[in-house]
Amino acid sequence: MDKAEILVIGSGPAGLKAALSAAEQGAEVTLVERDPFLGGQLVKQTHMFFGSKEQYAAERGFKIAEKLSREVEAHPGIRVLCDTTALGYYDDGVVSLEVKGRFATVKPQSLIMATGAQENTLMFPNCDLPGVYGAGAVQTLMNVHGIIPGKRVAMVGAGNIGVIVSYQLLQAGVEVPAIVEALPHIGAYHVHASKVRRMGVPIYTSHTVLSAHGKDSLEKITMVAIDQDRQPVAGTEQELDVDVLCIAVGLTPLTEILFQAGCKMVYIPELGGHVAMRSDTLETSVPNIFVCGDVGGIEEASAAMVEGSIAGLTAARNFGYGKDSYEDQLAAARRELDSLRSGPVGEKIRSGLKRLSSFGEVTQ
Amino acid sequence: MRIQNHPILDFKKGAKVNFTFDGVKVEGYEGEPIAAALHAAGVRVLSHSRNYKRPRGFWCAIGNCSSCNMRVNGVPNVRTCVEPLQDGMIVETQEGKGKIGGVCDG
Repeated sequence: MDKAEILVIGSGPAGLKAALSAAEQGAEVTLVERDPFLGGQLVKQTHMFFGSKEQYAAERGFKIAEKLSREVEAHPGIRVLCDTTALGYYDDGVVSLEVKGRFATVKPQSLIMATGAQENTLMFPNCDLPGVYGAGAVQTLMNVHGIIPGKRVAMVGAGNIGVIVSYQLLQAGVEVPAIVEALPHIGAYHVHASKVRRMGVPIYTSHTVLSAHGKDSLEKITMVAIDQDRQPVAGTEQELDVDVLCIAVGLTPLTEILFQAGCKMVYIPELGGHVAMRSDTLETSVPNIFVCGDVGGIEEASAAMVEGSIAGLTAARNFGYGKDSYEDQLAAARRELDSLRSGPVGEKIRSGLKRLSSFGEVTQ
Repeated sequence: MRIQNHPILDFKKGAKVNFTFDGVKVEGYEGEPIAAALHAAGVRVLSHSRNYKRPRGFWCAIGNCSSCNMRVNGVPNVRTCVEPLQDGMIVETQEGKGKIGGVCDG
């Protein structure tokens, strides 16, 4: 069995920053990633980020992934294991891994969970037909592998993922005849939504998909207007010929290992489902297990990076690394998080975190 | 279908390779996921549901949902959305739970 001072699971925005922050303090870090490359879901994000310079504003997600991955790979304090899936957590603190097809175990003194999230599905007749895909999956297919999913794509969900992926479909030369949104308003940042509107894509708010049609794969959908109680309005059904339907109706944190480790978990709808209770430095109810990024609550990549820094700094500090600079760096990270979560776009995450704190202080 | 020109991205592909899907020769690029190569070749049905035999395709593209499980070089339940393509692979539609060395059957 292998030993590690700090084990980081997942190399998306949160995990990369966690590994770097801890290693920069002098801690020895092992970073595991199930994909053959670092970057998590950043690698498929071609849009530019917001925020301040510290948060990589005006840079494209995949460029941020390239930059951070290079820093991680060059850092002597970080051991990188790609093609490595964390399988489970055991009572004695051992984490089992599949490393390039072989079984291995590691016993870390500290564990930083940066496993991210998976896409939610939506139920309607024939929702399992090939051609009905996760919007993030289509983004991977297009932006990582250079393959377009079909000729005409309808999108369900006018949140950020829905409108950003719609725009990227247009960039790849695919028709997007409709974005369908159950809420009466557009959830995405308006800078993204305006782009697709300017390119002529209609956004149908207060609408949903009633059913999908096709023999072996998707050929057509029926959409319908819904009332305040989310019930279909008779007579408003419309058929749309599409060969792909993308589902962008939110994400659920990937928390299996946190449950296995016995972390206290609570259900917070605004954060995407079950999340770990944690201190303000992101330490869960199990000492030396931290959460950062989407696994702790669905947010976006900029906040995930700042959370990664907080978790990495604190995990390292717990072993005596970087004590002198810790408070200042922590305070700076907190200010960044507060600014990212301010204003109307941060309302959902603020309300989720408030509900989480209503369960009380995390105790270990 | 593959993207020929993209305003932002430049796709770096591995060597062109051949593999078979249910006995039919298909072309793809080394290292891309098997399911991506199949999608580019117009194959959208990757598996069937166990009880009702409904067609199933790609869904999550991150190896989580098992909708794309296929038999590859005789090994069942390979997550083709994340498994890198190699020259000469034998990719087959899997029925049932799949057999491992003839021991287990669905």
